[in-house]
Amino acid sequence: MLKHILTSAVFAGIVAGLFAAIINLWAVIPMVMEGELYESGERTHFAVDGSPQSDAGSPSILEDPARHIMPAAFSVVVFTGYAFFLVAAFALAERYGHKTTVRSGVIWGLCGFIAFQLAPAMGMPPQLPATPGPEVVPRQLWWAMTVIFTASALGLIAFGRGVLPIAVAVVLLFAPHIIGAPRLDTYFGFAAPELAAHFAGASLAATALTWTTLGLCCAWFWTKLKQD
Amino acid sequence: MNDQVKVAAIAQKSDAADQGLLGIIGAVMLGAVLLFSAGFAQATVMHDSSHDMRHAMAFPCH
Repeated sequence: MLKHILTSAVFAGIVAGLFAAIINLWAVIPMVMEGELYESGERTHFAVDGSPQSDAGSPSILEDPARHIMPAAFSVVVFTGYAFFLVAAFALAERYGHKTTVRSGVIWGLCGFIAFQLAPAMGMPPQLPATPGPEVVPRQLWWAMTVIFTASALGLIAFGRGVLPIAVAVVLLFAPHIIGAPRLDTYFGFAAPELAAHFAGASLAATALTWTTLGLCCAWFWTKLKQD
Repeated sequence: MNDQVKVAAIAQKSDAADQGLLGIIGAVMLGAVLLFSAGFAQATVMHDSSHDMRHAMAFPCH
């Protein structure tokens, strides 16, 4: 069982992680690099004359190709980690008679996106490098709580019977947002708001795409490696 | 004889069930270790080398 989970998850994690690295390099990382221009002060919004305008345009990812190697490797590690969760969930669902198919894998992937990216983004949206925030540990705890609560709620909605699981799921879905993510009581951002908004949107879209791919790959390897 | 076979079959079945559950728990723990090291570890070398990915994937990392 463990071997079947491990091999499916590692193959799926590598495919989805590399896919994530390419999508991020194309659509997200250039904006991280543009945000760094504001972080370093090379570009300033509301420059000396009080004008809010600043140049738009991201540095080319080809300027320093070496810097992109390690983040790409880490994206494979992260998605392999997520793949372990997904495939373990397949195995758990099958113990209760819910077979995983390639089609249901896509739904699993989308639920992973909701639990790991979309729900936490409601309290802590994707942020550019130039954005000061509160203490990191409370934010990590809030993130972990939101992910666990949301994933549990989605599981209850998908597999629960009757009204009680749905009621518990609704409480779990809302609780982290009623408690609220740690925030500063002041805005400190240096970067242009257009860039920050575009970055948050692109980051969520890229992770939605990658999680869908991850669900598909996990289910494909999971069903394929079982037959052999 | 028949009883012995039954006992053996039951023992085997619960062994298989336990192994399945252990596999699931093991996989979740491995996933958590990978996620923590790539997304959350604060050591400077881990942070710097994963920096762009952490921002792109919205990990609360610094």
